[in-house]
Amino acid sequence: MEITLNINNEPVTVDVDPETPLLWVLRDSVGLTGTKFGCGISQCGACTVHIDGQAARSCDTRASEAVGRQITTIEGLSPDSSHPVQQAWKELSVAQCGYCQSGQIMQAAALLERSPRPTDSEIDSAMYGNLCRCGTYLQIRAAIHRAADIGQA
Amino acid sequence: MNVPSAKTAISRRSFILSASAAAGGGLVLGFHVPAAGAATTQAQPWKTAVEGTEINAWLTINPDGTTTIRVPHTEMGQGGMTSVALMIAEELNVPWESVHAVFADPNRHIRNNEEYKVMTTHGSQLVMLQHPHIMQAGASARERLKQAAAEAWGVERSEVAAEQGVLSAGSNNAPYADFASAAAAVTLEVEPEIKSPSEWWLLGGEIARLDVPLKVNGSAAYALDTKLPDMVYAAVKSCPVPFGRLASYDADAVKDRPGIVAVIELKAVEGARGMPDMQNGIAVVADSWYRAKTALDLMPIVWDLGENGTISYDDMRAKMAAILDEEGTVTNEVGDDPRALIEASDKIVTAEYERPFEAHVRMEPVNATVSVTDERIDVWSPTQDQSAALRYAADQAGRSTDDVYVHTVFLGGGFGGGGGGNTAVTRQATELSKQLGRPVKVVWSREEDIIQGKHRPPSMARLTAALGDDGLPTAIHTRAAWVTMDGAGRVGPAGSSDYVIYNMPYIIPSRRHEAHTVTGHIPTATHRAPGANQNGFMVEVFVDELAEAGGWDPLDWRLRMTEGLDDWQLVLTTLKDKSGYRTNLPQGEGMGVAAVACHGTIAACSAHVSVSRRGQLFIEEIHVVVDSGHVINRLAAREQLEGSVCYELSHALMGGLEIRNGQVQNTNFHNYSLLRIDEMPEVHCHFALSGGSKWGGIGEPAGPPTPPAIANAIYAATGKRLRSTPFNKYDLRA
Repeated sequence: MEITLNINNEPVTVDVDPETPLLWVLRDSVGLTGTKFGCGISQCGACTVHIDGQAARSCDTRASEAVGRQITTIEGLSPDSSHPVQQAWKELSVAQCGYCQSGQIMQAAALLERSPRPTDSEIDSAMYGNLCRCGTYLQIRAAIHRAADIGQA
Repeated sequence: MNVPSAKTAISRRSFILSASAAAGGGLVLGFHVPAAGAATTQAQPWKTAVEGTEINAWLTINPDGTTTIRVPHTEMGQGGMTSVALMIAEELNVPWESVHAVFADPNRHIRNNEEYKVMTTHGSQLVMLQHPHIMQAGASARERLKQAAAEAWGVERSEVAAEQGVLSAGSNNAPYADFASAAAAVTLEVEPEIKSPSEWWLLGGEIARLDVPLKVNGSAAYALDTKLPDMVYAAVKSCPVPFGRLASYDADAVKDRPGIVAVIELKAVEGARGMPDMQNGIAVVADSWYRAKTALDLMPIVWDLGENGTISYDDMRAKMAAILDEEGTVTNEVGDDPRALIEASDKIVTAEYERPFEAHVRMEPVNATVSVTDERIDVWSPTQDQSAALRYAADQAGRSTDDVYVHTVFLGGGFGGGGGGNTAVTRQATELSKQLGRPVKVVWSREEDIIQGKHRPPSMARLTAALGDDGLPTAIHTRAAWVTMDGAGRVGPAGSSDYVIYNMPYIIPSRRHEAHTVTGHIPTATHRAPGANQNGFMVEVFVDELAEAGGWDPLDWRLRMTEGLDDWQLVLTTLKDKSGYRTNLPQGEGMGVAAVACHGTIAACSAHVSVSRRGQLFIEEIHVVVDSGHVINRLAAREQLEGSVCYELSHALMGGLEIRNGQVQNTNFHNYSLLRIDEMPEVHCHFALSGGSKWGGIGEPAGPPTPPAIANAIYAATGKRLRSTPFNKYDLRA
């Protein structure tokens, strides 16, 4: 069935089964492939997007649940990679393989939205659900502090 | 082996450092990657960006003054793309910001008699082994440009300077681009030597990886992101017990569901060394992956599990334990037979160690997209070996390799899991596209990715030594047993990946190593630091036990036992200095050390842990010191050291695959755990480079010493010896 979603501030109409996870709608129907598939069961965070400003796992969110809500993907975080989190991620060269980093960045951006100056412990709590097999966690932690600095500059 | 009743809880002590100091834990203070002035790549890195003049297969000089460098290796997060571009730019003498990197064309490589020499990326070899011919390609191009200018200006080549993209001699000067066409026609009588490290102007610093900007906005293209016109999606299941068969399935139950295109049986293809290239399985193809996967899960499937359907990991362990009582294949003997010396000694230390199966679980699940047409075959596959993927696709389609084009994508992790051409899924996607006559994207669910992975082989070893009057070992006898399929997953032939045992640096006069192979049915593969992971743990916990039995401080023992080996002394003394290693810590706290050489590099690790009375383990801090001889990019190298530590922390603390009923029981990240951010300790990385002719790898060596350093630290803190992983099965309560 046709449903209309608000993705990165634009209405997008797709023809999908309403129970289709938002992840696959974004990736395969809309072509926004920055959001990644990692586990399909909300265990890794690679598919993290913002729904009404909150970090959410798109693999565990049905398309029908997302109707009428503001969906932001990594592609919509900023037009030119200028969001403080993206700037900090580049500055500290956080990514290795990079596959999990869209999810990490979206999770971090949501954290900074509600806590502009997070402690290490707040960072760990917020980022706990985002796995990185390359082991970039120390860079992630440092880059979130750096993004907080950039955001308040 | 100790099987405790209570689980060990693991968490990371809260940081008390300020934000900037915390950053210093991982980063060199004051370090800053410049936002501008950096080389670039592009989101779809297999495409040709600018048409320029090709000087050789590795590079083109472009009319706009830029240089395109073609990288034959893969980028899996290790910085390989940047490394190749750096090495060529160093020799070519072009401004780093004028460099644009793309991936080289594997089809051309195969057609032109392996023009890039090596088109696979594994074993931490890229810089270690490939730097001579990569740098030579840049040096050759530079000299040919100089020769072309010399001929035009009527001077000798030696009078022409080639610096930062400009040729000059006397009053003449011109950008490289002016002489690119002429240089392409130059043949040098003698090819130039590559630069020595003292001549480097670009290599050796901290250089931002050029793929990073594409990985902050979702634009970097991975295999999973491939989308082609008319493409359909396949979800697959192979027999959960390797070598089993598909007994029956009911396609009628799902074929009328919306979007279903086909249900296709996949027939096993046998590969090298008895390993399956592709297992018997079934694919459901649909107009979306979600529909294909949902139908596959609903479709009744009956498997014939075959003779392996009852095997458990406990069976394999029992076989390994039993065979350690038998004499194995002798791979190494030094001095008198240690068995007689041990027999005659009144001070013997003996212990057994074990490492279980581990899965790669790259964050990008196994997938491939293939388009088979009458004209050509196009492949997007997260393989570490594009030339192998090309050959597998050609073989599965029954076509010439000349017809196959592999498009090198960014890889969502490597770790050896993408080695050998991403064989099974490349064959699956090729087979489905051939049958359906349209492009097919095959995606393995995470469950399929773990169950059908080729895993790190488990091993057990028994190490026995006799101590002399000074408390130091006089003789050592070691036996190791591995469960593998004809040696796969080891380095080279069976027994040779025990090299960390029989090549241990410790100077023991009398040594003998024996290897055993227990044939298993679980496919195995290389896995980040193969062999060194398992054996490094065994050796480095054992020598701690030897040091203790002989009344030696563990670090002093290692220094004494490597006397005369300058690089080991450099690494161990640096570790001692940097880590503040000490044994007089309060009860419940301990430091441990370990050092392992693999991939041409020595890596030493210290761990500082504390264990609460309730048995909760905290890893306070880790120091890593490496000697890889040289480092071309300290930023990427440090990332690899930290990453390798984290990688092995997962296996040490919480890893291990469970095998029952012939199949891997772990299915996803809820029951195959990886380290998470709250458990990541501070890691301090130090380079202690011996230079000279030594070139070691950097992507793997920091992993193997990490688990034994932690085990040794836990012993120092608690008096409990951990001789196997994962540590979370041990009861560490006081």
